[in-house]
Amino acid sequence: MELVLAGNQIQLNDQGYLTDFSQWTKEVGEAIAQQEGIALTDAHWKVIHYLQDQHKQDIPLSIRKIGKSNVVSIKEFYDLFPTGPLKISSKIAGIPKPASCI
Amino acid sequence: MDTNAKAPVKKMMLILSKATLDNVYACFILANGARMEGIEAEIFFTFFGLEAINQKKLQHLHVATVGNPAMHIPTLVGGLPGMESFATNMMKKEMEKLDIPEVEEFLYILHASGVKLWACKLAMDMFHLSKEDLFEEVDGVLTVGDFYTQAQGEGTHLLFI
Repeated sequence: MELVLAGNQIQLNDQGYLTDFSQWTKEVGEAIAQQEGIALTDAHWKVIHYLQDQHKQDIPLSIRKIGKSNVVSIKEFYDLFPTGPLKISSKIAGIPKPASCI
Repeated sequence: MDTNAKAPVKKMMLILSKATLDNVYACFILANGARMEGIEAEIFFTFFGLEAINQKKLQHLHVATVGNPAMHIPTLVGGLPGMESFATNMMKKEMEKLDIPEVEEFLYILHASGVKLWACKLAMDMFHLSKEDLFEEVDGVLTVGDFYTQAQGEGTHLLFI
């Protein structure tokens, strides 16, 4: 799969996740969010930047860790991304789908 | 109807009837995992499963070392004093390494994630428990009939643990 944005081809895997984080831009994040039916607010961006930061440090993500991050509570996280907080936010952030079961 | 049509899981109704730590975790991880996929989840705590939301008991749940062949401990040894605590502590350490919380923290996570927690009325009566004995975020006490009413809707699945 690929996403064409302003003439640029962004490579996605079959689940819609970016295969190369270096292709991510704010506009790419916005385009994916739109496909997921999410209008991004400052609160969403705060989470997305946190996820990208953790990803760069190779820290595995889980709902529990995000709840303890002081960035967002678990309840707020679900309110922001109701159709699957960790998987949707990761998709928008351009990082791989977390393999965590919890 | 097209038999190949996708029938997505929309709601998981989990029935927890046991209080051994392995069963409790299986139930909690399935409920939490459902929510992470955007699937609704509710847990009905019945019989011994009630211990997992009994405020006095929930922090003291054990794995079973007797009658559990997967523990690979001979029955006689498994029955010795302290064996259950030993095995339970080992398991808890492994769980913490995997970022899996203890029962009480897990209940708070489930509640914050939108999982509904229901106590079984009959089991409550049997164990002489009242709502005050339960974990504070329990949503209510239900009869079996009430539970089935909660299960209404297309794409609901029920699972007995």
